[in-house]
Amino acid sequence: MNPTREITLRVNGNTVRAVCETRITLLDFLRDQAGLTGTHAGCEHGVCGACTVQLDGESVRSCLLFAAQVSTGEITTVEGLAPAGSLTDLQRAFRRHHALQCGFCTPGMLMTADALLRESPNPDEAAVRAALSGNLCRCTGYQPIIEAVLDCAESRAEATLRADQRHAPTTSGGAA
Amino acid sequence: MKPAPLDILAPTSVAHALSLLVEHGDQARLIAGGQSLMPILAMRLAAPAILIDLNGIGALRGIHAQADGSVIIGALSRHRDLERSDLVAERLPLIAAAMPWVAHVQIRNRGTIGGSLAHADPAAELPALCLALGATLELHSPRGARHVAAADFFQGVFATERADDEMITAVHLPAASPGQRWAFIELARRHGDFALCGIALTADCSPIGQVLGARIVVFGVSDCAQRLPQLEAAIVGTTPTPTSIDQAMPALDQVEARSDHHASSEYRLELLATLARRALRQAFGFDERIAP
Amino acid sequence: MNAPDRTGLGNAFEATASGTLTGAPIERVEDERFLTGAGCFTDDVRFEGMVHAAILRSSHAHARIRGIDCSAARALPGVLLVATAAEIGHAHKPIPIRLAPLPGLDRFLQPTIAADEVRYVGEPVAIVVATSRYIAEDALDLIETDYEELPAVTGIEQSIAGAALVHASVGTNVATQYPVGRGDAEQAFASAPYTRRERFRCHRHTGAPMETRGLVAEWNGSLMRVWGATKVPFFNRGLLASMFDLPETAVDMIETDIGGGFGIRGEFYPEDFLVPWASMQLGRPVKWIEDRREHLMAANHARETECELEIAMDHDGTIRGLRGRAMADLGAYVRTGGGVAISRLAQYLPGPYRITDFACEVMAVITNKTPVGTFRGPGRYEANFFRERLLDLACADLGLDPVAVREKNLIAKHEMPWPIGRLVPTEGEGAYDVGDFHSGLHKALAAIGYERLPRGGTRIDGWLHGVGVACFVESSGGGKSENARIIARTDGSFDIYSGVSTMGQGHETVFAQIAGDELGVPLDAFRVHHGSTAHVDYGWGTFHSRAIVVGGSAVKLAAAQLREQLDALAATGHVGAPAEDIEVKLRYDTRGPTYSYGTHVAHVAVDPETARVKVLAYVALEDVGRVMNPLLAHGQAVGGAVQGIGATFLDELRYDEAGQLLSGSYADYLMATSTEVPAVQAVLLEESPSPSNPLGAKGAGEGGIVATGGALANAVGDALAGYRLPLTTLPLSLDNLARALRQARAAGNAPQAGH
Repeated sequence: MNPTREITLRVNGNTVRAVCETRITLLDFLRDQAGLTGTHAGCEHGVCGACTVQLDGESVRSCLLFAAQVSTGEITTVEGLAPAGSLTDLQRAFRRHHALQCGFCTPGMLMTADALLRESPNPDEAAVRAALSGNLCRCTGYQPIIEAVLDCAESRAEATLRADQRHAPTTSGGAA
Repeated sequence: MKPAPLDILAPTSVAHALSLLVEHGDQARLIAGGQSLMPILAMRLAAPAILIDLNGIGALRGIHAQADGSVIIGALSRHRDLERSDLVAERLPLIAAAMPWVAHVQIRNRGTIGGSLAHADPAAELPALCLALGATLELHSPRGARHVAAADFFQGVFATERADDEMITAVHLPAASPGQRWAFIELARRHGDFALCGIALTADCSPIGQVLGARIVVFGVSDCAQRLPQLEAAIVGTTPTPTSIDQAMPALDQVEARSDHHASSEYRLELLATLARRALRQAFGFDERIAP
Repeated sequence: MNAPDRTGLGNAFEATASGTLTGAPIERVEDERFLTGAGCFTDDVRFEGMVHAAILRSSHAHARIRGIDCSAARALPGVLLVATAAEIGHAHKPIPIRLAPLPGLDRFLQPTIAADEVRYVGEPVAIVVATSRYIAEDALDLIETDYEELPAVTGIEQSIAGAALVHASVGTNVATQYPVGRGDAEQAFASAPYTRRERFRCHRHTGAPMETRGLVAEWNGSLMRVWGATKVPFFNRGLLASMFDLPETAVDMIETDIGGGFGIRGEFYPEDFLVPWASMQLGRPVKWIEDRREHLMAANHARETECELEIAMDHDGTIRGLRGRAMADLGAYVRTGGGVAISRLAQYLPGPYRITDFACEVMAVITNKTPVGTFRGPGRYEANFFRERLLDLACADLGLDPVAVREKNLIAKHEMPWPIGRLVPTEGEGAYDVGDFHSGLHKALAAIGYERLPRGGTRIDGWLHGVGVACFVESSGGGKSENARIIARTDGSFDIYSGVSTMGQGHETVFAQIAGDELGVPLDAFRVHHGSTAHVDYGWGTFHSRAIVVGGSAVKLAAAQLREQLDALAATGHVGAPAEDIEVKLRYDTRGPTYSYGTHVAHVAVDPETARVKVLAYVALEDVGRVMNPLLAHGQAVGGAVQGIGATFLDELRYDEAGQLLSGSYADYLMATSTEVPAVQAVLLEESPSPSNPLGAKGAGEGGIVATGGALANAVGDALAGYRLPLTTLPLSLDNLARALRQARAAGNAPQAGH
């Protein structure tokens, strides 16, 4: 009998429990046990990035982890980015810029870009290219993806600026 | 591409990990970040019955400043820990400069310094950085602890001084001399791929700029990262200028270069000569606009 | 002027001003499901009781199978089926040719499973079905195969020499050989003042879509349903039905979301028989998902060709003639589209130039390597590199400006239609339909700012700069017909059914745009269904950039008919949606292919000490007749160009002399990543709408890749002008370029400046 165990993971805020072979990768656990098929198997040897998810907010390749290794962490997949029926600003930017064609690399791209923008809210183009260099795409030529990430960052910066202006103490006019 | 059947054991202390290693012998392999081991398992190039997962040993993760200016890095520290560390940026700028060259962000989020050193890929950055910085590796086994100089640790392709019952627990990086010069330069087929050739170097200098000692390390070219003692000797004692660097280059060591379908040995040796010269120029502040 | 237009679209946005959906950069209706992880790709198809297949593949390039012992594999708990040719039987038919049945090719068809002999690393030897893919792979490890090694043939010249035969019973390795041409090349060369001959080589590589192949087959005793079909599901249905001696109606091919096509996906492969066969044996749904290592050794390879090409010119650069010998390595068997690339290569060697005298000997050979198929722009990429590079070499010899020589020789607008003769033996005479090739060249040069670019080896900060130009013409819209069916529903919505397939191009959006304009209703009134054999009587599929040209035309005409019926209904005083569904079915027949054309310009910088190349700017211009959706059309152009830029420097499937694949993982098969490619500027023109279809459209899916090899080789050659490199071999990998520089230095061809 192959080694088997009960694996309990926190995924997108939910608890997923399943009895499976110990050798199951996080990728296969998410797809086959948790039913979250948005995370894709592209190469299963850690190069293509299609299986990228977030572990405690950091992008990781789910094909390079065993499910049994990550029971203490919080896992986020593409299904956990936005509440059902809605899209995040990053997802909307992808659509606006035609940053996806076949859509197979898209979940991994989104998870990588989402983690990037959290850590580095105002990346320049070179930083975005470097951050996405571990995610292969065969359709788009990357350019619209990079534009989408930069556009999203810009929009967030503008929104923050507007919010700051709204909440900033008034220094002229009526304050006197 | 699914791994063969295996069990995963998750010790929470070094002592526990070592006892498991002894108990299971050659049935078991240690796994840290697993970013090199997992593809090997997926392709079934290895099929250990047991993996001893070190990720639960929290004490092994951390970057610690020492009073003497040195730094101790726990073996389970992730590449990203090093990349983001203010301490590394301040005391070990060579490592900080090299980290973005290590694979891709997803790999760096998970891969560990101890795992990379134990794996000893001939084209990996970390072994070269340890050689260039004069690092010492701390290894533990049920027989006790020992310290091995990086220069003695790397022995060939995926071959190291580590015994079967040992694990790397920490890397000790000595304090840099004031005004130490350094450079890191690498050429790969794509950003993030293993290097076809890379140079990591440090040079200790007198206050007037004379080189007192140097560690010039090449990686990606031969079976493991190695120093270039003849080139070092040609630089030591000089006060480098672009011309003096060019004049030192004929002293470049004979290196046995690998040949594979990414690069011939001839090409790797051409790169070695070019990158070594550029790294020296960069280290001593001479304009070198071509950045590989 | 408005703000800078990042897509470089020019007049395309004017379409929105006129209020039409076509021509407008409309966001895709497909995107939401992909952005939220709700797409349904093949591996996302799940059924109760579904079991999992894995394929045992040959580890030898050429060997006789002496015996296969499956007993240990069969005994493994969880294993349901282990079958070899012994169980599957020798009687089943080999996989036939779908396209380009060139003379002689049918002697080398691939069996669905190797019986007595294996002929490439990766050839199926056994199929295992188990309760999980993990266990199925465990079982593969337990199958003992006894091989007797045979000599492997791994190169074109070695294959032609014929000392070792890949198929001993056929008696030759030469699969096909034929001459094509027009005019009198011999006469042209005899009288020409200048000629130059070179031997070119294009490397073996492939489309490598992000999603590997895969399918789920379910036999319920009377109906075989196969999920994961794409590209040509109707053809594949007919084939599978014939293999099982079933009527076509007993087979359904169902399209899922598809993670990229690029020519490789959706052809009929051995697994397309083996997996349904296993399902029939077990009476359960069987899933097979190719893993990446299998993909690189088992799915179609492409592009490996050599060409001896000779050009005859006057001293002023007027081309007098072109002749050569084109050779392709087809791998171990001739697959469904094995002859496409070599036949198109020969057809497109003369390209967009006024070359009245042309001759080419075409040859395709069998080797012990993975069989080939098509990859985006099949034959065009190769031919373009060979010809455009030779043109630049000739210009260098004669001291002529490469742009001026192209201007001089491009076929002029007023010369259209321009007869190209009969350059493919399975086709009739052809002609370029319409086009202003000169305008394309001039606008591409303007877009990159050609006059201002440093070039010719100008050194800036140690980097040598160069610019390369390549012009192309390419056909699209093959597959003679397409069906469309549109139903006006009683709730005011519309269902569009098409016989084309989709692999990510966005047809759900574009077909709705086309029908929306005809019917005068908004985009969200439509649901678009495609690719599955249940939707229409027959479909010709998606290849040759035909989906819009042919499939879109069918939708347009069907929608127009439906509009007439709805208008008639309205004339009776009826208001709103019809009281009963109204259906229009229509088959559109094309008047033959249409020809898009354009120019690529590349600006590169080369570090001559390390052989490193940076692509600084790239313009890919194509006249596509009419742009349906500029957002999507630009996506095709940029994506194609980047795929080609990557392929020109990186992608390469290498074998050793024993026929072992050296590029069997993504650590060794390298593709463009975000850090390795420039921001490509795609320029799409609409100056020459196609006269062959009611949309005026020409294919937009492949022009982005066609001229990349030629433009980049010429740019690198220009940057390294001082070294006089021939650069007749792709890829322009670091190693290949370093070798070329080393040879130039050894020959004393290196400039003396600097290092």
